[in-house]
Amino acid sequence: MSQPIITFDHVVKEFRDRGAKRAFRAVDDVSLTINRGDVFGVIGYSGAGKSTLVRLINELERPTSGTVTVLGSNVTALGESQLRPIRQKIGMIFQQFNLFSTKTVAQNVAYPLQLDHWRKDYQDRRVAELLEFVGLADQTGKYPSQLSGGQKQRVGIARALATNPEILLADEATSALDPDTTSEVLALLKRVNEEFGITIVVITHQMNVVQRIANRVAVMSAGRVVESGDVYDVFAAPREAVTKRFIATAVDGVPEPERVAQLHRDWPGRIVTVLIRQKDVAAGEHGDAVAASGQNISQLIARHGVASSLLYGGIDTVGGSAIGAITYEFSGDEARLRPFLDELGRDSDLIDFGTAACPVDYDAALAAAGPRAAGADRHGERDENEKGEPR
Amino acid sequence: MNAYPTNAMAEPVLLAARPTDWTVLKPLLFQSIGQTLEMVLITLVIGGFLGLVLGVVLYGTRPGNLFENAVVYRILDFIVNIIRPIPFIIFLAAMQPVTIAVVGTSIGTVAAIFPMVVMCTVATSRLVEQNLVPVDHGMIEAARAMGASKLTIIRTVLIPEALAPLILAYAFLFIGVLDMSAMAGYIGGGGLGNFAIAYGYQKFDQTVTWTAVIIMIVLVQVVQGIANAIAKRILKRQQ
Repeated sequence: MSQPIITFDHVVKEFRDRGAKRAFRAVDDVSLTINRGDVFGVIGYSGAGKSTLVRLINELERPTSGTVTVLGSNVTALGESQLRPIRQKIGMIFQQFNLFSTKTVAQNVAYPLQLDHWRKDYQDRRVAELLEFVGLADQTGKYPSQLSGGQKQRVGIARALATNPEILLADEATSALDPDTTSEVLALLKRVNEEFGITIVVITHQMNVVQRIANRVAVMSAGRVVESGDVYDVFAAPREAVTKRFIATAVDGVPEPERVAQLHRDWPGRIVTVLIRQKDVAAGEHGDAVAASGQNISQLIARHGVASSLLYGGIDTVGGSAIGAITYEFSGDEARLRPFLDELGRDSDLIDFGTAACPVDYDAALAAAGPRAAGADRHGERDENEKGEPR
Repeated sequence: MNAYPTNAMAEPVLLAARPTDWTVLKPLLFQSIGQTLEMVLITLVIGGFLGLVLGVVLYGTRPGNLFENAVVYRILDFIVNIIRPIPFIIFLAAMQPVTIAVVGTSIGTVAAIFPMVVMCTVATSRLVEQNLVPVDHGMIEAARAMGASKLTIIRTVLIPEALAPLILAYAFLFIGVLDMSAMAGYIGGGGLGNFAIAYGYQKFDQTVTWTAVIIMIVLVQVVQGIANAIAKRILKRQQ
């Protein structure tokens, strides 16, 4: 089945600045497995250690301790010259593209082939083939400065694929691009994964990048992997505060405090947010199983005959399944509302913000929603599990 | 008869009145141009190459670079800093024992070239280092990620990326070396500097002095012009 292609085993990377007494831990005891064929997202804020983590794969950075195994080789044990054949199996693209400015598009793409001592006519054929694949066949003679950002990244991808790598590392590859160009580049990366079966490791601080192309994700914070798993699972049942914040940037849903206050001003009834999870979330190393949610709302509203208004919400598909949250105002007498909310609460995760006359404090509402709710913060409960053991 | 006695200090007032005699001076001028070009080109080729190597080592051993080595960097940096600010005319005199030990004599063109090569190497190394520093580390990282060896990166990425400023740096060096050659001429290296001083300045013959000056200006202009044109062509692609 799934075959590991990159394995981190208790990897630590420290940087020691001159004069600094204590070393800075950029990567702190990370254990992680990336399987062949994955599009693996690593997400975290800047400074979380994700760029360092990805550089440990091709050993641009050497770990302080722990081992990294890539394509069956313990790369931490290899010298610079022994790394060369492994590095030729790992393509890399960068936020700032890092194209050679004095070389043409074709020369940039041919550079790794020259390093690999390809025959000139083979080089030419391969360069043409690659530029055709990334849609830049007509730009061969141009210099990078004459290209747009999206074109530069496509040259970067062509160059990274030149020697038929098995792994592609993308370090914030879309962070310098506008939304349209980001879509183009992500679509291209998806093709790279699907057509060539290349395993892709995507480093990003943009949750929607993970959402769009990754099948698995690891969330990094302060050098540690705080959460990892299938993208749907992490999106549907985020356990860590940092993960929740990221998901809020990708999937709209739970209204923020100001919005709740506004809703209370405009709507007298009971303001309730229902979390939407199309599928159950399997139990993983970061938490127990979480049931689907919000799948029978319309039925229940109809059966109990409560009046409802749709006020706010957002639903997106992640890994092919819907995730999000919808906020309603439910009104009617308490005799109808009580059993309705009880039944809805049994089969869905609710955040009950109360009524305009009797509002529930925002944080209390999230806390009362229980551990299953996306807005609830269970930080600090699971120090034992934060090591990020591989599945 | 020779109107230009070798004793330059002899009766300058009388000599000043004499008109410039180009029939005698012309071959001397051509010989001087030849000597200058010889000194400058040999110095630039040897010192320029050694300086390139030393400059790459200085750059490479800097903290955070390919061959990071604080000890080597500090030692080389210190040596370069000591030699570079010495005025060349004093360096020439100070180096005399070393020159005699290496070349066998301290007089003549070859003897002049040795200290010029040393000074040129030191000056070049600093210029090369300074022009390599701005090269984007991302490109070096990209080449490393592709499996390029460090020497390959220097040859195929670092130097090509810094080529335009390096060419301008070498044009600047040409002028510096020309300046040095004029002073080296003074200790018997010959060349245009010596020609201007011996047959112009010391004979109160402004025509001779200015002839030498104009030839040097033309030389500098031609070299600078060529360098500018090449650098501009390279830069145009990069920007």
